[in-house]
Amino acid sequence: MKFEYAPAPESPALAGIAPSHGLFIGGEFREAADGKVFTTISPSSEEVLSEVARGGPEDVDAAVAAARAAFPAWSALPGAERAKYLFRVARIVQERSRELAVLESLDNGKPIRESRDVDLPLVAAHFFYYAGWADKLPHAGYGQDPRPLGVAGQVIPWNFPLLMLAWKIAPALACGNTVVLKPAETTPLTALRFADICRQAGLPPGVVNIVTGDGEAGAALVAHPGVDKVAFTGSTEVGRGIARALAGTRKKLTLELGGKAANIVFDDAPLDQAVEGIVSGIFFNQGHVCCAGSRLLVQESVADEVLDALKRRMAGLRVGDPLDKNTDIGAINSAGQLARIRELAEAGEAEGAERWSPACDLPGTGFWFAPTLFTGVSQAHRIAREEIFGPVLSVLTFRTPDEAVAKANNTPYGLSAGIWTEKGSRILWMADRLRAGVVWSNTFNKFDPTSPFGGFGESGYGREGGRHGLEAYLDV
Amino acid sequence: MPTTAPALPLADVTATDAALRRFLHGLPGVDAVGLEARAAALGTRSIKTTAKAFALDLAISMIDLTTLEGADTPGKVRALCAKGVRPDPADRSAPSVAAICVYPDMAAVAVEALRGTGVSVASVATAFPAGRAARSVKLADTAEAVAAGAAEIDMVIDRGAFLAGRYMEVFEEILAVKEACGRAHLKVILENGELATYDAIRRASWLAMLAGADFVKTSTGKVAVNATPANTLLMLQAVRDFHAATGRRIGVKPAGGIRTAKDALKYLVLVNETAGEDWLSPRWFRFGASSLLNDLLMQRQKLSTGRYSGPDYVTVD
Amino acid sequence: MSETRLSVLKTYKLFIGGSFPRSESGRVYEVTDSRGQWLANAPRASRKDARDAVTAARAAFPRWSGTTAYLRGQVLYRVAEMLQGRGEQFRAEVAAAEGLSKSAARAAVDAAIDRWVWYAGWTDKVAQIAGAANPVAGPYLNLSTPAPTGVVAVLAPRDSSLLGLVSVLAPVVATGNTAVVVTAGTAPLPALTLGEVLATSDVPGGVVNLLSGRAAELAPTLAAHQDVNAIDLTGADEELAAELEGVAAENLKRVRRPRRSAEDWTADPGTGRLLAFLETKTVWPPMGV
Repeated sequence: MKFEYAPAPESPALAGIAPSHGLFIGGEFREAADGKVFTTISPSSEEVLSEVARGGPEDVDAAVAAARAAFPAWSALPGAERAKYLFRVARIVQERSRELAVLESLDNGKPIRESRDVDLPLVAAHFFYYAGWADKLPHAGYGQDPRPLGVAGQVIPWNFPLLMLAWKIAPALACGNTVVLKPAETTPLTALRFADICRQAGLPPGVVNIVTGDGEAGAALVAHPGVDKVAFTGSTEVGRGIARALAGTRKKLTLELGGKAANIVFDDAPLDQAVEGIVSGIFFNQGHVCCAGSRLLVQESVADEVLDALKRRMAGLRVGDPLDKNTDIGAINSAGQLARIRELAEAGEAEGAERWSPACDLPGTGFWFAPTLFTGVSQAHRIAREEIFGPVLSVLTFRTPDEAVAKANNTPYGLSAGIWTEKGSRILWMADRLRAGVVWSNTFNKFDPTSPFGGFGESGYGREGGRHGLEAYLDV
Repeated sequence: MPTTAPALPLADVTATDAALRRFLHGLPGVDAVGLEARAAALGTRSIKTTAKAFALDLAISMIDLTTLEGADTPGKVRALCAKGVRPDPADRSAPSVAAICVYPDMAAVAVEALRGTGVSVASVATAFPAGRAARSVKLADTAEAVAAGAAEIDMVIDRGAFLAGRYMEVFEEILAVKEACGRAHLKVILENGELATYDAIRRASWLAMLAGADFVKTSTGKVAVNATPANTLLMLQAVRDFHAATGRRIGVKPAGGIRTAKDALKYLVLVNETAGEDWLSPRWFRFGASSLLNDLLMQRQKLSTGRYSGPDYVTVD
Repeated sequence: MSETRLSVLKTYKLFIGGSFPRSESGRVYEVTDSRGQWLANAPRASRKDARDAVTAARAAFPRWSGTTAYLRGQVLYRVAEMLQGRGEQFRAEVAAAEGLSKSAARAAVDAAIDRWVWYAGWTDKVAQIAGAANPVAGPYLNLSTPAPTGVVAVLAPRDSSLLGLVSVLAPVVATGNTAVVVTAGTAPLPALTLGEVLATSDVPGGVVNLLSGRAAELAPTLAAHQDVNAIDLTGADEELAAELEGVAAENLKRVRRPRRSAEDWTADPGTGRLLAFLETKTVWPPMGV
C-alpha cells in the first residue's frame, strides 16, 4: 500500500506581506534617501513578494546617527530595565512565531518545518537568554563594570535571516550598545517585521535600526566612521575584505565565516542515528549552513554499510514547497547560489568523483537542487575543499583515528566537526585534536543560546552565544 | 544492523550461547537522544484530507482489539467481537479490525463469535503478562490457546533471563513456543518497559526474530512504559535490517498506550518512513489497543461529516 | 449601590503540592494590619502540614530539577508576568501587612516583580559562572557543574512580607530546588496570595509550598526532617536560628544563617542566595582512542 501524504501547506496569507517596505531608522519606517527600491522574491516560485527600500550610504549615515543618538540613554539605562525590553521582545517573538515562520519560509525558501521548529524557537530563546545577561554583566567575568562599545554595525547572511539577526542584536542590546543591522539582499522581510516587534515592545527609537539593501549598504555600514563595532556573518572572502578595511581603525570586529566541516563516522557508531546526523548535517536548511557537515569521513570498514543506509534515507527526503509542513528540503535561496552549487557539483564530476542523487521530482519554477552525494572524493578535489553551501555531500574514507583527524583538519576553515562513535573516550580524544570551534558528537547542527559558536582559522573569530558572546559587545 | 549481520550465516549465530551473545552484543549501539529525536521529528508529519482518510481506515484494519482483564467474561468477549467485525454500525464502509486479542480461556468464545468474519483470533499465552511460570506451563498455555482455535499467539519473553544475559534460554523458549504454535502466527512480546535500554530492545528484537517470531511486539500494556514512538521506531529498524539480511519479513506490533487517532497516524508515518510501505498492511503491522478504535471512528466521522463527533456516537462495548 | 454592597472576603489557605488546603489541624489565627485592625484569619499550619509539604516538595523535585534551565527561566518569568497583572491586589495587601504608604507598597511590589525577572535570567547562566572546565594534569576532561541540593526549607523574613519572601524563595527554585516556605508569621497574607500567582504560572505543583503559622512551631519540624536537604534560616531570630542549626546538623543539612543585622531587600541581590543551595558535581571522563 502506498501512503501518500496529501499537501499540508501553511497559508502564505499568514505572513501578511505589505506590497512595499521602508528602512527602519530612528523608530520610523522611511524610504531610501534616493528613493531606490529593489524586489525580494520567493525562491520557490520566483514570485515577487514585496518591494523593499534600497538603502545607500546616505541612509546608513542616518541610521548610524539615529543609533548614536539613542546610545547615551540606552547604555545608561539600568541593566534590569534593558533586560525587560529584551524579555518583551522574546515574548512577542514567541507570540508571533507562526507569522514569522511563514514569512521566513516564503522569503528564504527553507521548509516551514525548520523555520517553525528550529529558527523561531531559537530566535526567541536567544533574546530570552541575553535578556537575562543585561543586568548581570558584572558577573560575566569581564570586570566589575563592563561598558558597551557604542554603535554596532551588523551585516547578516540569508541562510538564517531572523536567527542571525537575533544572534547579533540580542547580545549587542543586552550589553548596552545600539545597532544598525543590514539584512541580506535576498531575505530582508523578517528583519523588517522584527522592526515592528521592536515597536510593539516599546523599544526606544534608534536603538535598533534596519537598513535593507545590497552589498553597497553593507560596505558603507562597516566602513562608517560612526560605527564602533562591526559584526559580520557571511563568506570568508567578504569577511577577509572587512578585516582588511578595518585594519588600523579602532573598530572591534567579529567574523563568523565559512566552513567545510568533517562529519566523522567510526565503525562503532550508532549507525541509524549517524545516518540521521549525516542527513541533518548536510541537508538541513538545503545545506545553506556555514557549519554544515559537508565532508563525510567514514571509516572504511563500515563505508558500504553507511552509504547504503544513507542512500536509502536520502530517497525518503521530501523536496518541494517550503510551506508544506511535510517538506524536508526547500528551495535554494537564489539563482546566484544555485549557479554556484551547480558549478561546484559539475567540477566534482569533472574531477572524477561519482555523483548520486535519489530520484526526485523538482518543481518547474523556482530554484532547486536535489540532495546529492559524491563518493570517491579525495582531499584534492574542489568539492572537498571549497564551501558549496548547498545540499551536496562529499564522502571520503579513513582507516585510523589519526588519519581522520589529519583529514578533518586539512582545511583553512575550522568552524565545526562531528564525531560518531559509541566510545566516550574516543569522542574526547578526537575533540581534543580537531581544530574546530564547535565539535558535536553523536549529533550535528545543534544550537543553543547558551552555547558559544564560532570558528578557528579562516572560519572567523569571536564567538556568538553563551557568556562568551558578550565579549564581542563589551569594551574589554 | 544489520548489514554486517548478513555476512554471517545466521544459523551460526544461534549455534552456541557464546556465539549468540557475541552476535547480539555486536549489533550497533543505539543513541537514545538521536533515536527519540528522529521519532519526534516524524511525529510532526502533517497528515491531512485524503491521506488522513486512507490512514484512519488502514489503522482500524490493523487493530488487535484487545481485552485482557481478570474480569473478562464470554459476554464481554462476544460484544468486543461484534464491535471488531463492524466497528461503526452506522457506517458499513468502516473496515473490520485485524483480530480480537483475548486470554487463552476466552479464545474459544472469540473463535465462535468470529467464525466466517475474516477477523482473526489472537490469544496471549505463556503466563502473560509476567511470564513467571514453568516452561511446561507456558507451553501448555500456548497449546490450549491453539487448540481453542487461536490463529495468533502473543507470547512474552522471559525478561529475567534476558536481563541476566541468559540469551540462549530465552531463544530456546521462543523456539519451543513457536513449535507449540503449529500454524498459528507467533508474536513475541519483548516488554520494552522492563528491558529499559534501547540497546536491550534492539538485541531482544533480533533474538526473537532469530528464534522464528512472526511479529515482534513492544509490550503487554501492563507495565508503566509500553509502546512509544521511539521504541517502535527502533523495532521497525530491526525488522527492516533483518529483512535486508535474511529476506524474511517480520511484523511489528506496538501495544499499550496508543489511544488517539493522532497517535496512530504518527505510528503509520514511522512505518512508512522506516520499514517502508511494504509493512503498511495488517499482515505486517498491528496496533494492540482497545480505546483507540473509537477515537479512529470519531475522526472518521469528522472527515465524512465535517463535524466533530462525540463519544455518544460510537459504541461502548 | 456600591456603598451598600457587602464585599466578599477571601478565605486564605495554605499552598501545598499545587493545592490550597486548609490546615489539617483546622486551626487559624488572626492577622491584623499594622494598626491592629483585623484583616483575615490565616491557617495556622501544623507539623503534619509541614510534613505534607515536604512530601510534596520531594515528589516535585525530580521533574523540576530535570526541567531545562531555559524552561525554568520561562516559568519564573511567567511568575513575574502574573504578579504584574495582580499588582493592585499585592499593593493593597503589602500596604496593610507592613503599614506602608501607597508609594512604598508600590515600590516593594515592583521590586518583587523585578526580582523574579532577575532570577528568571539566572536559571540558564548559573552553571556558566559556577561551573568550570578544570585543566587537570592528565588525559581527562574535567568538568564541574552545579546541581540543586534538593528540598529546601525556607523561613521567610519577618520584615518584608512580599519582597523579602520573593528574595529568598526565587533563588532556591531558580536552580532546580523545591521549597517549603514558612511565611512571615504576622504578615502571611501576601505570601498566601503569591501561592495563587504561582498556581497560575506554570510552576508545577509541589515546587513551592507555603505554610502560614508560627515559625517556632513549624521550623523545628523542618529542621529535623530527614528528607529536607537544606534550610534557610533568614526569618529566624538569633536564638531560634542557633537551635535549628543544631537540629539540622543531624543529616548535615546545608544551612544558610540569618544576617546579624536587618537585610536591605531593595539592594542588589547578588548571587549569594543562588549559590547557597547548589552542590558541585565534577565528572572525569578519559580521552583516548
